[in-house]
Amino acid sequence: MSGSETTAGGLSRRAAYEARQRKRAMRVAAGSTAAVVLALVLLVPLAPGWEKVQRSFFNGEVFAKTFPGLLEAFLTNIYIFAWCAPLIAVLGLVIALCRDVRAPALYPLRLFGAIYTDVFRGLPVILVIYLVGFGIPGLGLPRPWNSPYIWGSLALILVYAAYVAEIIRSGIDSIHGSQRAAAASLGLNEKDTMRFVVLPQAIRNVAPANMNMFIALQKDVALLSFIGPVEIFRQAGVYKSLMANFTPYVGAALIFLAVTIPATRYADYLMQKQRRART
Amino acid sequence: MRIAVTSALVATMMASTAMAGGHAGCADGKTLEEGVLTIATGNPAYYPWVLDDAPESGEGFEAAVAYAVAAEMGFEADAVKWVRTSFDEAIQPGAKDFDFNMQQYSITPEREMMIDFSEPYYSSAMAVLTTGAVVDGGAEATIASLKGLKWGAVATTTAVPMIAGLIAPDSDPLLYGDNTDVTAALQAGQIDAALFDLPTALYLSAVVVENGAILGQFPADRSEAPDQFGLLMEDGNALKECVDGALAALKDSGALAELEAQWLQQATGVPVIE
Amino acid sequence: MSAKLVLSGVRKRFGDNEVCKGIDLTVQEGQMVCLIGASGSGKSTLLRCINLLEPVDDGTILLDGRDIAEPGLDPQPVRARIGMVFQSYNLFPHMTAAENVMLAPRRVHGRSRSDLQAPVTALFERFNLGDRMGHYPDQLSGGQQQRVAIIRALAMQPEIMLFDEITSALDPELVGEVLDVLRSLRAEGMTMILATHEMAFAQEVADKVCFLDKGRILEEGPPETIFGAPREARTAAFLSRVL
Repeated sequence: MSGSETTAGGLSRRAAYEARQRKRAMRVAAGSTAAVVLALVLLVPLAPGWEKVQRSFFNGEVFAKTFPGLLEAFLTNIYIFAWCAPLIAVLGLVIALCRDVRAPALYPLRLFGAIYTDVFRGLPVILVIYLVGFGIPGLGLPRPWNSPYIWGSLALILVYAAYVAEIIRSGIDSIHGSQRAAAASLGLNEKDTMRFVVLPQAIRNVAPANMNMFIALQKDVALLSFIGPVEIFRQAGVYKSLMANFTPYVGAALIFLAVTIPATRYADYLMQKQRRART
Repeated sequence: MRIAVTSALVATMMASTAMAGGHAGCADGKTLEEGVLTIATGNPAYYPWVLDDAPESGEGFEAAVAYAVAAEMGFEADAVKWVRTSFDEAIQPGAKDFDFNMQQYSITPEREMMIDFSEPYYSSAMAVLTTGAVVDGGAEATIASLKGLKWGAVATTTAVPMIAGLIAPDSDPLLYGDNTDVTAALQAGQIDAALFDLPTALYLSAVVVENGAILGQFPADRSEAPDQFGLLMEDGNALKECVDGALAALKDSGALAELEAQWLQQATGVPVIE
Repeated sequence: MSAKLVLSGVRKRFGDNEVCKGIDLTVQEGQMVCLIGASGSGKSTLLRCINLLEPVDDGTILLDGRDIAEPGLDPQPVRARIGMVFQSYNLFPHMTAAENVMLAPRRVHGRSRSDLQAPVTALFERFNLGDRMGHYPDQLSGGQQQRVAIIRALAMQPEIMLFDEITSALDPELVGEVLDVLRSLRAEGMTMILATHEMAFAQEVADKVCFLDKGRILEEGPPETIFGAPREARTAAFLSRVL
C-alpha cells in the first residue's frame, strides 16, 4: 500500500475531496433550510389574523374529533380508485389501438378513437361526472343500476382513458420504425408486431407518465362527491359545516399527501431510472 | 352657527329614533360602513326565503325579516346594502364583508365556538321530500318506514346529522353540494327521500321536483335536535347585542310571527312523523 | 445453378428523390453477391425492396420465377422466406436473445417453444453464443447482438439472406466474429446479398460484386475483375478512396 495514493481512511485524494465538498454542501443546505423554517415559525404567528386562522384551520380539538371519520371516508376513495384504475388501463389501451389501426375497413374505429380522445380530453372532469352521473340514471334505470358509484366511476373512466390512450399512443409512436421493420422482415403480421414487439416496449416507456395520470385520478376521485358519494372530501365538508371550521380539510389534505407524495416520488424515480437507461 | 348645526343634528337623530323604535343608535360605530347595514344572503338566494333572488325587494321571509331588523336598529331601507356569500366565505377567518349573514343558518353549539349567532328568528320543522313513486311504493311517515329509504341531503346543512340522529337509515345517505343536485338525484331515482327545512321542502315539492311529495315532518317544536335559524356574525361582533335586541322586539310585538304567516306557507296536512 | 432471384428494372423513389433507377440483378442459388458503393448509392434501399419492406414503384423481382414485386401481393409469406439483418441489429430489447429468435418461428410457423428449443440452442452453440441465450440485448456486446440478429433471421430457415452493412456499427475488434459467421454460412451454401464497406472481405468471399452509383448498378463482375481491373472510371475512383 502506497501512502501517496490513499489517505488514512482508505479514500483516494479525489474521493476525500468530494466527501469534504458533500459535507460542506449538506451543512449549507441544512443551515439555510433551518433559517427559512425558523422565519416561518416565528413570523407567521406575528400576523394579526394568525390566531383566527389557527383556530379555523389548525384546530387540534377539531382535528382529533374528525380525523378517524376522514380516514374511514378515505376507504371509499380507495375502493373507487381500485375499480377505476384497471378499467381505465384497459379502455385506454383499446382506444390507443383504435387510433393506430391502418386497415381501411376499420377506419370508423380510427375516427371513433380520434373523436373520443378529443371530446373527453376537452371536457372538465366535473362536467362529465354531472352529465353521466345524473344524466344516464335519469333515463329511468332501476336500482342498483342507477348508482352514482357506477356512473360516476364510468365518468372518471371515460375521461382518464382518453388521457391514458394518448399517453400510450405517444409510447407507440416513440418506438423506432426499425423495430417494426425488424419484425416485418421476420414475416410477422401487423397484429403480432404490435402485440409482441411494439406494445410491450411502448407501455414500459410510458409507465411513469401513466403513473402520474393515476396519481391525478386518485385526487379526482373526490369529484365524485358532487353526485352523492360521501368520500373524504365530502366528509370533510360535512364536518366543516357542522363545526364551522376548516380543520377537517387540512386533515383530508394530510391523508391525500400521505398517499400521493410517496406515489409521486416513486413515479419520479421510475422516470429517472428510465432516463439513465436511455443514456 | 355652531348651535344651529347641532340642533339640526339632534332633530335628525330624534326623527330617525322616532321612526325606528327602541334600538336606534345602538349600531352606531359598530357596522362595517358607518350609517349602512350590510347584510349577506346566499348566491343564489332561494324561494321562499327571498323571492326571485332579489333581496332588495324585501319580498320573501328572510328579506322581510332583514328589513324589519334593520328598521328596529335604526336603518332606513335605503341604508341597507346586500352582498352575497357562500357558507365557506361566511365562516372563513379574517375580516367579513357583511354585518350579518342570513341564509337559513342553523344554530349549533359546535358552530358557535367559531362564529356568533343572533337569537333565532325562525324555528324550522324538518320535512321529508320525496316523490309520488316512492309514496306509491309504500313509504310511510313512520321512523320504521323511513329507515328503509335511501336518503340524500345537502352536505352543508344540519339535515346531515339529523338524518343520522332522528332516522338512522339502514344505508348511508348520499350528500350533495346544493338543493339542485339533491333534486336531480331524487329525480334520477338515486335517492328516495331528502331532508329539508319545511318551507324549502314545500317549495321544492311543488315547483322543482316532478311528481314531488312531502311524506311527513318533524315539527318545529320537537325537543330532540331542534333546528333554529340565526343571523350569522363574526365571532365577537359588537353588533350582536343590538341585533338580538331588535329580534326580541320583533318577537314581542308579534311582527316576526306576522312576517312568518305572510311569507311562509303553513304546513297544513303534512303528517307528523311518529 | 439456377437463378434464385432476378431483378429487372427495379425503380424506387422517395418523393422527388429516385433512389433506385432501374436495377437489373441476377442472383444464382448459393451465390454470395456483394453490393458496394458510396453511402446513398441505393444499396440499403435495394435490399429493403427485395424484402418488400419498401414497395417497389416499377420493375419485377422474380423469386424462384414468381414476381414478388406485384402490387397488392401479401408481403408476409415472402418476408418469411427472405431473412434480413440490419446495421443497427434491431433486436427486440424487451426479450432475451432466445425469445428474440423464437418469436417469429412461433408466430409465423406456429411452432411451439419446446419444438424450437433444440434447433435454436444448436444455432446459438454453432455461433458460440450457447451461454448467452438468456441474456437481454443490452447485456450483450455489439458483435454478440449482431450474431443473435443473424440467428434470429436463420431460425426462420430463409432461402435468401440479406445483410445491410451489418458490421458498420461495430467496434473494429468485433467485426471479425461477425464476418466469420458469414463465412460459415457461405460454406454451407446459403444464398446471400450483402451490402458492405468491407472491401477486403468482399474480395475474399464474393461470387459477384456489384458497384452501385447513384441508383444504378454501374458495373458488376467477379471480385478479381471489379477490384483488379475495373472497367468504369467511377468504380476505380471509388475503390481508390476506400481501399
